[in-house]
Amino acid sequence: MGRYILRRLLQALPLLFAISVASFAILKATPGGPLAAYEGNPDFTEQDRLRLEHAFGLDRPLPVQYVSWLGSFLTGDWGYSFAHHLPVLQLIGERLPNTLTLMATVFVVVLLLAIPIGVTTALRQYSVFDHVVTGTTFTFLSTPTFWLGLLLIIVFGLQLRWLPLGGIQTPGAEFDVGDRLRHLILPVATIALVQVGSHVRFLRASMLETIAQDYMRTARAKGLQERVVVMRHALKNAAIPLVTVVALDIPELFVGALVTESIFGWPGMGRLFLDAAFRSDYPVLQGILAVSSTLIVLSNLLADVAYGYLDPRIRYS
Amino acid sequence: MATKSVVVPVGIELRTAQRSQLSMAFERFRAHRPAVAGVFVLGTLALLSAAAPLISPYDPDKTALLLIYDPPSLAHPFGTDDLGRDLATRILYGGRVSLAIGLLAVTVAVSIGTLIGVIAGYYGRWIDSLLMRFVDMMYSFPRLFLLILFGVIFKGMTIGVIVLVLGVLSWMTTARLVRASFLSLKHREFVEAARCVGAGDRRIIVRHILPNSLAPIIVAATLGVAAAIIAESTLSFLGLGIQPPTSSWGNMLNHATTDMDKAPWIAIFPGLFIFLAVVSINFIGDGLRDALDPRHVVRG
Repeated sequence: MGRYILRRLLQALPLLFAISVASFAILKATPGGPLAAYEGNPDFTEQDRLRLEHAFGLDRPLPVQYVSWLGSFLTGDWGYSFAHHLPVLQLIGERLPNTLTLMATVFVVVLLLAIPIGVTTALRQYSVFDHVVTGTTFTFLSTPTFWLGLLLIIVFGLQLRWLPLGGIQTPGAEFDVGDRLRHLILPVATIALVQVGSHVRFLRASMLETIAQDYMRTARAKGLQERVVVMRHALKNAAIPLVTVVALDIPELFVGALVTESIFGWPGMGRLFLDAAFRSDYPVLQGILAVSSTLIVLSNLLADVAYGYLDPRIRYS
Repeated sequence: MATKSVVVPVGIELRTAQRSQLSMAFERFRAHRPAVAGVFVLGTLALLSAAAPLISPYDPDKTALLLIYDPPSLAHPFGTDDLGRDLATRILYGGRVSLAIGLLAVTVAVSIGTLIGVIAGYYGRWIDSLLMRFVDMMYSFPRLFLLILFGVIFKGMTIGVIVLVLGVLSWMTTARLVRASFLSLKHREFVEAARCVGAGDRRIIVRHILPNSLAPIIVAATLGVAAAIIAESTLSFLGLGIQPPTSSWGNMLNHATTDMDKAPWIAIFPGLFIFLAVVSINFIGDGLRDALDPRHVVRG
């Protein structure tokens, strides 16, 4: 097991390397750069440009620039935001916890809803409940996240006035768990309702396949209670592939977070990314891209390891 | 001469078998009622958008100061927006943009995906591992983040740019499907038979393996259109996609967050059309999956 984890970690390294090269290439391809401010300035001569390029190291060969960029990146020097005049790492560090709170809540809510619903639809295949759930999940799967967010604000914020329209807490108020939860409900619902659908559909299919297996009949023949048969024998096996599906959906979670953060004014990383996009704040854009893709690679890795742990049929050799 | 006398009857037999397969698939598709409804709704949307100038008496870009935030009425069934433009008219014209982008972006994505999947699956070895690691890398970036980045680089996108960028960022699923299908088919007897009679790589790929891989490609492409429409509308909603005054279903919602307390219809109707198009396409994709995969059980 230890060797398997180590090997998967080593396999992830080239991927992270490729991602870093891609990030660097994107930064290099973007217009502007540190000298853009001087463009069109009549006092800025060709000599000045060459001198500054030399000072910033922009005249060195690209691979050398990449290595030096990677070195400072790995040591936590992610450059300064053009717009905020703050270190990129500090900016992201302030926003990341808010995004992770949002994502983690969505994650838990989705699993708490998807597992019981998925199991029930499979056990009662073609029942009224199954048809209603299938129809509902299909509807939410086809709903654009941002439109769902707008509708939820119109209904629950503007018409019924049950919940706050946006933000992370009541302005001026002290931090309060109840207040935070009330602000979480609509953003979380926006992302979760879309995601629950895909997980329910997957779990339903996986359960139906498992229920048809011979060992289910054996378990019943042994006289086990139906509850034990379903929860221990069927669900445990049917839920294993869900680990992979959940991990593969994490990029979607980042995207959902960006969209909801922009609609609900949630001060997270996604909104920072969007603001940076409007101000062409490339160091911030690149930093967030690096953080999110690294988190995605690591969560896929975690899913692979968990899959191997949960399913003893997987061999590590 | 001997080979010729063998090849001809096989060819005939194959053709008749294919025709009946196709009509069976069509029967199965027709039995999938949501999919048939999807074809009907999507067809109607496409027709209405195409015929927008004939249907609507209004100019989609003409502002009318006296009609700002006019609620839905007989003259303006979906109301008017923050510049007094008729929302229904802009939705019809926006449908042209959004539907066209969805279709074209998937055409680009499927072409790239098929090419890469064929190379990886057919030639295997190092080129396969290299291409699949590249696919892994593409999957590690949240797609919308890259779309936004391109939106910044290109300073707001035209239809052509958005189609290309969406295509370049969305080919991975097709590539994986095509590769998997090529891996499982390339050692089958019919491929070996084709090679024995002297068929080259090109002919084997195009005439023998690819037609047998078509079903998953078609399903993935259909669902891809829905995903592309959502991606474009999200990008335009955020203000980095199609730029006004050209309307797309997404950028019509751009001001919705500030307007929705006084004019909720601005937020509701354009999104409703995105939803209608996407749900129809998803149902069609579902129906195609049932129709094209004979092992799939058809339910009523």
